[in-house]
Amino acid sequence: MVELTIDGIRTIAPEGTTVLEAAMEMGIIIPTLCYHPGLSTYGACRVCLVEVVAGKRSSLEASCTLPVEQGQVILTNSEKVRKARKLVLELLIASCPNSKKLQDMAANMGINRVRFKIKDRGCILCGLCVRYCKEQMKSGGLGFVSRGTSRSVATAFEMTPEECRNCGGCEWICPVCEQTCGAGNLIDGLCGGCQNIAPVETCLVCTGCSQSVNHQGHKVY
Amino acid sequence: MKSDREKVVTILNKYARNRDSLISILQDVQSEYHYLPEDTLRVVARQLDVPLIQVYGVATFFKAFSLKPRGEHMVTVCQGTACHVRRAPAVLDEVKRQLGIEPGETADDMRFTLETVNCLGACALGPIVVVDGTYYGQMAPGKVKKILKQLKKGQ
Amino acid sequence: MRKLRSAVELKQLRDGIVSGRDPNKLCISICGGTGCRAYRSENVASAFSKEIKRQGLTNKVYLKVTGCHGFCERGPLMVLYPQKIFYQRITLGDVPEIIAETVMKGNIIDRLLYVDPITEDKARFEDEVPFYRGQQRLVFGNNGIIDPTNIEDYFAVGGYSALPRVLFKMQPEGVIEEVRKSGLRGRGGGGFPAARKWQSCRNAPSSNGIRYVICNADEGDPGAYMDRSLLEGNPHSVIEGMIIGAYAIGSHDGYVYVRHEYPLAVTNLSIALGQAKKYGLLGENILGSGFDFDIKISRGGGAFICGESTALMASLEGKIGEPRPKHIHTAISGLNGKPSNLNNVETWANVPLIINRGAGWYSKIGTEGSKGTKIFSLVGKINNTGLVEVPMGITLRKIVYDIGGGIPKGRRFKAVQTGGPSGGCIPESLLDLPVDFDRLTEAGSMMGSGGMIVMDEDTCMVDVARYFIKFLTEESCGKCTPCRLGLDRMLDILTDITEGKGKEDDIGLLEELGSLIKEASLCALGGTAPNPVLSTLRYFRDEYETHIKEKKCPAGVCKALITFTIDGVKCTGCGVCARECPQTAISGEKKKLHKIAQEKCIKCGLCRDNCKFEAVIVS
Repeated sequence: MVELTIDGIRTIAPEGTTVLEAAMEMGIIIPTLCYHPGLSTYGACRVCLVEVVAGKRSSLEASCTLPVEQGQVILTNSEKVRKARKLVLELLIASCPNSKKLQDMAANMGINRVRFKIKDRGCILCGLCVRYCKEQMKSGGLGFVSRGTSRSVATAFEMTPEECRNCGGCEWICPVCEQTCGAGNLIDGLCGGCQNIAPVETCLVCTGCSQSVNHQGHKVY
Repeated sequence: MKSDREKVVTILNKYARNRDSLISILQDVQSEYHYLPEDTLRVVARQLDVPLIQVYGVATFFKAFSLKPRGEHMVTVCQGTACHVRRAPAVLDEVKRQLGIEPGETADDMRFTLETVNCLGACALGPIVVVDGTYYGQMAPGKVKKILKQLKKGQ
Repeated sequence: MRKLRSAVELKQLRDGIVSGRDPNKLCISICGGTGCRAYRSENVASAFSKEIKRQGLTNKVYLKVTGCHGFCERGPLMVLYPQKIFYQRITLGDVPEIIAETVMKGNIIDRLLYVDPITEDKARFEDEVPFYRGQQRLVFGNNGIIDPTNIEDYFAVGGYSALPRVLFKMQPEGVIEEVRKSGLRGRGGGGFPAARKWQSCRNAPSSNGIRYVICNADEGDPGAYMDRSLLEGNPHSVIEGMIIGAYAIGSHDGYVYVRHEYPLAVTNLSIALGQAKKYGLLGENILGSGFDFDIKISRGGGAFICGESTALMASLEGKIGEPRPKHIHTAISGLNGKPSNLNNVETWANVPLIINRGAGWYSKIGTEGSKGTKIFSLVGKINNTGLVEVPMGITLRKIVYDIGGGIPKGRRFKAVQTGGPSGGCIPESLLDLPVDFDRLTEAGSMMGSGGMIVMDEDTCMVDVARYFIKFLTEESCGKCTPCRLGLDRMLDILTDITEGKGKEDDIGLLEELGSLIKEASLCALGGTAPNPVLSTLRYFRDEYETHIKEKKCPAGVCKALITFTIDGVKCTGCGVCARECPQTAISGEKKKLHKIAQEKCIKCGLCRDNCKFEAVIVS
């Protein structure tokens, strides 16, 4: 077992678990996109960033792939984390605005502007579909193609793979396909419509991690 | 282009059908055909018992591989930093103008393929244009125009 | 060639080779590195070979085609031993005269000598050439006297002396201790203490005892070609270093991962590996010591990211070059999940030197934090383009001016870019900075692998920043959000600025994006990607502001912001420019002032290139 401190609260976790898992165990919510409990971790979206404090220095790490370590000091919602997370969301929305999940997250974070031109790719490259097809369905028909700005999720030669079992899992697990943003009239890429309808995530234990806790005690990122 | 399945299997056997050697296998296949034909990738995937998308992913990730047939002549313009400060972009623009294609493309008549590369390591000669393995150093838009004109005529 | 079974046999072989060579016999050493080959130096070498035969001089003079000598600006070049007469820019036509005059009669041909452009001094011998005089060529020096395809040359200069000492007189821990005392830091860019890595790798548990020793020859920084020249010219120095490292770490399996774009390096390395194996210096029971070690070559597929350790190892496993977070270091779990020690080509090449001359001697060279020498590729707007090896701590000014010969055409120095796409620009005000890992990092750049791109007043720093970001958007693996999307947006902003569409908030947004990408990316490519932008903003902010506020490019580079006009005084009306213009934008009567129609002009520069009277002005 390993002892660590998350948001000022000491906790223990078995060696080999991730900081995200340890935080979840405590009831602390860290937003995620490319993480799914049934699939291997990927660490690509960078939404689950936490601040790892080591003396006077600190660094940002993706909590879903960060192994717990003895004596670690973690902050899940510090100023630095919030700033980084907001910009990550802003970048994601600018390249994929039609996702209710992303819009809700943005609203929760208080993002009220997207400073980048909308270049809608319809995909955030979280890789959930790829991992689902490979790990859950044992098919492996989807994968990443090309690299850099041109990287995309595709099938070989853009044809239905032999391995495809028509399970629909890739669409079901996709944060973009799952619920497209129904507002239809995004203003500068932002919707803000569902913010009042969708439930805001509530932590089971309040660690007082941030001053931006609204009147209902809900965490505001 | 129908490829010889036997040729691909020979290459696979050379690497003992080792999945770790996928990149080397594809490099040898490309040496054979000057690009990676679709059916060679299917053979490789089947023989190595990996999903086709895995082979396809590797083939599209690495710039050394081409999934499209290449032209008769290969024109490569170096875009390394040293060449860049010596005005390589102007040289590239002239080459694009002369051949009528963008980097990575092959002309419709299949005579020319244009590629860019990030540093060949011959920086003293920059800017450099390589035509079919021959290095042309200290290029400028005017000089490369002359070379390409001769090439188009048939040397 | 037969397998050497002991240190004694090796010594006897070496003594035999050395005594069989007459040190006073003439030897023509022709540079056969990729750079000089681009100047068709192999044709010169063939011509020499034919002429030597023709003149019946085969017994009187050796001819050796070596690896890169370093002074690439002056290729094709040759050195005549033992006097070390240095001839530069030699052509096929010079060959008969060189043989007749210098080889046969000992006369020096003046016109082939290097002449200092400022002092006009002629250098007759290699050591008199200012380019070489300022260097300390401990690692690179042998490139000029070894035929890389002949292991006997390596034996003759004392190669493979360190290996038997290590195998028979030292314990693995002792070897690590010696490297630790030397202070050797990685030469690939990270500057991590080599011994510490070796120790972690040695200590890391391995279920089946397998450990890997890998050489990173992916040298992706554009403008850097030191590793290529070392592999082409002296592959055995790297091999010997790897065998010593493997012994120290307890590894029996080695790989050299070579960049796809280096065919000659792969060829020469293959030949060297084959010869080393034949002599029993690789494979089972090396020199009868009981130690087994072998090296395989793996070629890259054209991906800059594969220079990153975890991406390189993924590529060795047949996968795409996608890095993984380094919470667990590759020294503990690397290739195939086994402890793996990855070092750069130049790092490995330093190892035999340290063993032969001792850590004490080595640690006296360089600075407190950076020991030894470093090979740099000095390229760009510099007179003496080439590879230079200097002790750490030398100033940038000395490299650029004393060794590099300053800026061509009398232009003014503006900056030197170090560290490739992960590094930054050092301005004129910091030219007296000593070249040292920590000092360069403090200044906002980094040592990197050794690329040094010199820039002058005609270089636009915003354009340079854009160039690097564009490079990185194409080379990024694309996995994580900050790098993939963030760099793309930085590129959009920089492109807008160079096209005169810059906005007031742009600099702030660049800094904000830069900060995110640096801190939140998954790997070191993203972690260092914003450096060129942040460093040019630090030292050349005014240039960005001029582009944004005044829509002007002071260096005259950004096409949308410059105008080509013809000088009324200098123009002779020869009409060459009008003929060359691809857009027929220039008009004028014979012998009268010509004019460029601005609406048609695409700023290609062909008119300026072809004008013999320097009448085309860029403003």
